[in-house]
Amino acid sequence: MTRVLMEGSHAVAEAAIQAGCRFYAGYPITPSTEILEYMSYRMPQVGGVCMNAESEIEAINMVWGAAGCGVRAMIASTGQGISLMQEALAEMANAELPCVVVNMKRGQGDYFQATRGGGHGDYRHLVLAPHTVQEAVDLVQLGFHLADRWRNPVDVLGDFVLSHTSEAVAFRPLDERDLPPKTWAATGARGRPAHNVTPLGAPEKLRLNPGSHFAAIAAKLPRIAAAEKRCETGFLDDAEVAVVAFGSPARFVKYAVHVCRERGMRVGWIRPITLWPFPDETVAAAAAGLRAVAVFEQNAGQMIDDVRLAVLGRVPIVEIGGISHDHSGFGVGPALEPEHIIARITDVYRGQAAA
Amino acid sequence: MESLKKVSGKPELLLSTQHSLCPGCGEPLALRTILELVTELELRDRTICVCGIGCYTAFPGIIDVDVLQALHGRAPSVATGAKRVLPDRFVFTLQGDGDMVSEGLQEIVHSAARGEKFTAVLLNNGVFGETGGHMTTTSVLGQRTKTTMATGRVAEQHGWPIRIADVIAQLDGSVYVARGGMHTPAAIAWTKRILREAFQVQLAGTGFSFVEILTMCPTDWYVDATETPDWIERNFTPTYPLRILKSP
Amino acid sequence: MPRQPATVTIDVETCKGCELCVPVCPPRVLVMSEERNGMGYRYPVLLEGCTGCELCAKICPDFCFEVYRGAAVA
Repeated sequence: MTRVLMEGSHAVAEAAIQAGCRFYAGYPITPSTEILEYMSYRMPQVGGVCMNAESEIEAINMVWGAAGCGVRAMIASTGQGISLMQEALAEMANAELPCVVVNMKRGQGDYFQATRGGGHGDYRHLVLAPHTVQEAVDLVQLGFHLADRWRNPVDVLGDFVLSHTSEAVAFRPLDERDLPPKTWAATGARGRPAHNVTPLGAPEKLRLNPGSHFAAIAAKLPRIAAAEKRCETGFLDDAEVAVVAFGSPARFVKYAVHVCRERGMRVGWIRPITLWPFPDETVAAAAAGLRAVAVFEQNAGQMIDDVRLAVLGRVPIVEIGGISHDHSGFGVGPALEPEHIIARITDVYRGQAAA
Repeated sequence: MESLKKVSGKPELLLSTQHSLCPGCGEPLALRTILELVTELELRDRTICVCGIGCYTAFPGIIDVDVLQALHGRAPSVATGAKRVLPDRFVFTLQGDGDMVSEGLQEIVHSAARGEKFTAVLLNNGVFGETGGHMTTTSVLGQRTKTTMATGRVAEQHGWPIRIADVIAQLDGSVYVARGGMHTPAAIAWTKRILREAFQVQLAGTGFSFVEILTMCPTDWYVDATETPDWIERNFTPTYPLRILKSP
Repeated sequence: MPRQPATVTIDVETCKGCELCVPVCPPRVLVMSEERNGMGYRYPVLLEGCTGCELCAKICPDFCFEVYRGAAVA
């Protein structure tokens, strides 16, 4: 398998191209900008379209148009830009439009935005959280597949570290033969009745029925949750304490756990890969054998709520992360020092940290 | 009288006449004109209508062409995505003045500046009809609306309207810009002509085309339907004259 | 009697009584009814003298009119 050395953002963009994405719209914003740059020269090479849109709201609505016509479409931004797009992101779920939304986060304070949905109404996006560039490549491809299968937007969460780290990556195409064709799309109604691709629900006898439409969309959520939870765990067989982490910081946590184990501590790690649906069963099962669960995230405490909901008070849960930034606010902060994480884990292991 | 032949009826592409718009509303007349042209130009099979949010949002459910329903103000962006990925389809937006000129000013200006190859259609009645008749960016000075009831629109407090067609015509990316109306049979005939010319600009692939259509709103102008043609002549056409502003 | 026979049919149950058709009719052969339809609106009634000009059909926001014309007679 051929591997190519690529910077994270470029690898994410190329993964989308390899997955058949042929429409990209974006707005320059750190640390996602390199995806837009890459797409601006790569998309024309494959006969696709890259729009350097004049605003985030325009960009996501261009993605809406392309997706509504049955074309695989993607957008990338960071938390602030995703905030601007929320009306469209919420309503694309109601319109059952597939797309991939990449949030190259600044730190990890966008967990709630991604998993609860930062917009209005009863919707969710599937949320995938890679921790390496290779995994980001794989999850972008998976993202397009899941978006088409469920007819729902899928978020892929990265961050400054991932977007600017270069790794040797391989592009491994998915077997997508089980995906149905997009017979619902608006393409011009040749040979068939007209399609109305709408977030409002199809009118019945000329009257809209929003209640039943929104309920039907919401009814997809438990079906997605039953099928799509993904999680990775390590060293849980003998662990007394486990650390839960997602994204690039989970890579640092894996290393910190490795060092702690060398020092004789029985610690393990739990890495949710889908943040929605959250792998609650895996976390609950893992917690059953532990003295404490530590949560390392670069925010004021967001994923820890989902951990608490999964554990339901059976085991103490300790926050060992926190907001941590570089001087530009891009999330490359002092908390990502391995010795810092090792010290926090050690405190929990020795019972010296408050739950 | 047995030899009488039917020469006019509802448009072929209209699936139902049972829309719930007000008595005397001009928007269904614009829809009729558009649907007649889509049939005459044999465009049904490749048409994608991108519909905004307003009273006219009732139309996608009763027309036999593919529709992408957009969010308020965003139809030009949705149309950009659609036309860029399917350039051989016929794409037009259908937007009210609140949608296009208030919420969506950025979207329409940027789409025109980029020369996107779809046709934007503005239904301008100078109010946010669907929410109950509030002032928009195109409400004219002196116009009483739900948010200017006591004084009518007063420049000192409410600013001036934007003649969006004139703004669009200034941009290098726009190829055809014209304004019509639905308030008299002559205006309707004029509007059918300019819509045809706009559609032909899209079919020739030369750039962005734009047609503004003044539509009657007796409910939110507080007049009887039969007074609306006169209302338009007195209050609207001085600010929004029916004319071709730009053509190739 | 017009030289070209013509008439219109009117979907009176769809009419919303806006009366736009009445002044637009050149021979003035449309008058509003006394009766009201199922929605409570008065609707146009056709008198003799229709020329089949189609202006009522063009101006009606509710697509109520169908227009019929025959061959011209000398």
